[in-house]
Amino acid sequence: MPTHLIGNDAFQEADTTGITRQATKHNYLVKRSDDLARVIHEAFYVAKTGRPGPVLVDLPKDILIAPAPYAEPSFAPHRSYRPRTEPDSFRIAEAVALLKRAERPVIYTGGGVINAGPEAARLLLEFVRLTGFPCTSTLMGLGAYPASDPQFLGMLGMHGTYEANLAMHGCDVMLNMGARFDDRVTGRVNAFAPAAKKIHCDIDPSSINKNVAVDVAVVGDAAQILRAMIAAWKADKQQVDKSALATWWQQIDVWRAKKSLRFTQAMAPGSVIKPQYAIERLYKATRGAGKETFITTEVGQHQMWAAQHFKFEKPNRWLTSGGLGTMGYGLPAAMGVQIAHPDALVIDIAGEASILMNIQEMGTLAQYRLPVKIFILNNQYMGMVRQWQELLHGNRYSESYSAALPDFVKLAESFHAVGLRAEKVEDLDRVIAEMLAVDRPVIADICVDQKENVFPMIPSGAAHNEMLLGPEHAENAGGYTGKSVTDEGLVLV
Amino acid sequence: MPGSEMRSATISVLVENEAGVLARVIGLFSGRGYNIDSLTVAPVERDRSKSRITIVTSGTEMVIEQIKAQLGRLVPVYRVLDLTVEGPHLARELALIKVVGTGNARSEALRLADAFRARVIDASTESFIFELTGATDKLDAFLDLMRPIGLAEVARTGVAAIARGKGTIE
Ligand SMILES: Cc1cc2nc3c(=O)[nH]c(=O)nc-3n(C[C@H](O)[C@H](O)[C@H](O)COP(=O)(O)OP(=O)(O)OC[C@H]3O[C@@H](n4cnc5c(N)ncnc54)[C@H](O)[C@@H]3O)c2cc1C
Ligand SMILES: Cc1ncc(C[n+]2csc(CCOP(=O)(O)OP(=O)(O)O)c2C)c(N)n1
Ligand SMILES: [Mg+2]
Repeated sequence: MPTHLIGNDAFQEADTTGITRQATKHNYLVKRSDDLARVIHEAFYVAKTGRPGPVLVDLPKDILIAPAPYAEPSFAPHRSYRPRTEPDSFRIAEAVALLKRAERPVIYTGGGVINAGPEAARLLLEFVRLTGFPCTSTLMGLGAYPASDPQFLGMLGMHGTYEANLAMHGCDVMLNMGARFDDRVTGRVNAFAPAAKKIHCDIDPSSINKNVAVDVAVVGDAAQILRAMIAAWKADKQQVDKSALATWWQQIDVWRAKKSLRFTQAMAPGSVIKPQYAIERLYKATRGAGKETFITTEVGQHQMWAAQHFKFEKPNRWLTSGGLGTMGYGLPAAMGVQIAHPDALVIDIAGEASILMNIQEMGTLAQYRLPVKIFILNNQYMGMVRQWQELLHGNRYSESYSAALPDFVKLAESFHAVGLRAEKVEDLDRVIAEMLAVDRPVIADICVDQKENVFPMIPSGAAHNEMLLGPEHAENAGGYTGKSVTDEGLVLV
Repeated sequence: MPGSEMRSATISVLVENEAGVLARVIGLFSGRGYNIDSLTVAPVERDRSKSRITIVTSGTEMVIEQIKAQLGRLVPVYRVLDLTVEGPHLARELALIKVVGTGNARSEALRLADAFRARVIDASTESFIFELTGATDKLDAFLDLMRPIGLAEVARTGVAAIARGKGTIE
């Protein structure tokens, strides 16, 4: 649409900047070619700095085709937008003083550490080791701290581990590093870490005191904050209470011993594949593949099982849609990763429903020779929806079963990709090995147990210590009825 | 819970004077369910490059802090100042008030206008238009008194506010 027709309801006119204002960090409508270079440079700057976010530039047709003068990016500071990255040293000292005196500390990290870059992850490891404190991560922060490290408690939150959630519930000092107290993480806010002094480190002042009131707020970039905290920790001569910390770790080890992610896979030939087992085998196989592995996901149960059972040692190896939870995210994301890392192994762990949302991109994979692997945990259900209908809505299933799915093997073949299927437990390793061996796009259709639920689970509106464990755990052998969930919790879905 | 009482806040926001900036501010308030009790905007620089928005809002302390932080993260925002907590400030509003009536009502209207220092800026045989400047509650009080006399129409500017003393928003 040319500039002079804006506002006339011309062919295919939409107020793009108006529509996208709520879904972008910032947006621009360029009306003069002379502004184009500046706007594009600025758009990238705004998108990448501070709390990063999408920026949209709307170009009318006449601007798009007119020649425009190029200008180098200006390194002058932006007129109005100046995110703060350097933390206040007084706040750092306050935070360190609290941490040094902690008896039951926990470090809760999030996507902010990933956003701050690999150096932040390195500093996080250094800081956690220095303190000897336990560390947990949100879904968005996975990989910032190595999953194999003994100080790592696994993911926290709605589908987090028993030990991570109980450590959060029982701690006396909490250090939040680049996470935003999301409702999937806090559970019922008035029962969240009731005894804890809370320190919140975040680059965005609007994250602070939004959901949870905190005692110490540190605004800045996670890498810079961690660097300052390490220095302050070393400079502060106060000794940590070693015996209190040892007692805390003993308690955590008791919780850990529950093995809350436990599941049972029947190994007799013909046994149905447990989705958790499929992820575990995939993880093991990729470890031996001798390639950098990147995992993307769609949204649903498969996403949670991937988060629980695939272990990430490095940042930026895990790409998932958390806060908005948009099905259809995984395949385009995997495509982008494969273009950025042509030699890497890129796997979209998908659900059979989610993958259909952007299935046309299979054509793009073939066209650009992107050997992305699509690993479908096919339960024939919109499993996450079915799980809620079962546990929270009295088994009233509605529209969560798909009776007429495509044949994913044929679908793959028709898109010039390789199609594989595992129906029984004995097929699984072979299919995974074949998938990893071919240098082409693959759909691996893994037929998994249709009735499996994701556990542990903190139902919406419940507290961390009201967590449900899986059927493996005798303590809720009677089965969960959903009765303890209030209406207030149900609306939080 | 501390901070759960509602309070009113008068917030000055200095913004880049560009297309869409007011929509961003208003969209923020509607999108997040914040109250707007009053909102004014006008360019304030000689070259019209910056505008000043004055917003009167209300909420709990936590909500007001959140409103300020959310305003602060908009790209074209230079500065957010909560005049209510930053020290003494002045807030003024202007109203144009049409009163229609004859006989006794007219003299009563003029008498009240005089007491409130409202200026008569238009008069006909059956109407007056008063111009009144002052704090919001002064305007409210004047309108309450005019209502039974023949208040017919009101145009108000919303609040403009500024901190006392030599400090500035920049
Ligand atoms: C089906 C489903 C189930 C889910 N279950 C869980 C669950 O069990 N557990 C869980 O954790 N999540 C879960 N989520 C995800 C959840 O909804 C949130 O997306 C997630 O918890 C948010 O992670 P975060 O707090 O790390 O914040 P992010 O959304 O990653 O935000 C990062 C924070 O860091 C700040 N930041 C950004 N850059 C920097 C920087 N450079 N320095 C410092 N700070 C910075 C930002 O301002 C922001 O406050 C689930 C999602 C889905 C779809
Ligand atoms: C675009 C979009 N629509 C709807 C939802 C709500 N939703 C969340 S999970 C889910 C089911 C996903 O099913 P599937 O991809 O098969 O994954 P599973 O849970 O079975 O592993 C739905 C419909 C969503 N998150 N995104
Ligand atoms: Mg499914």
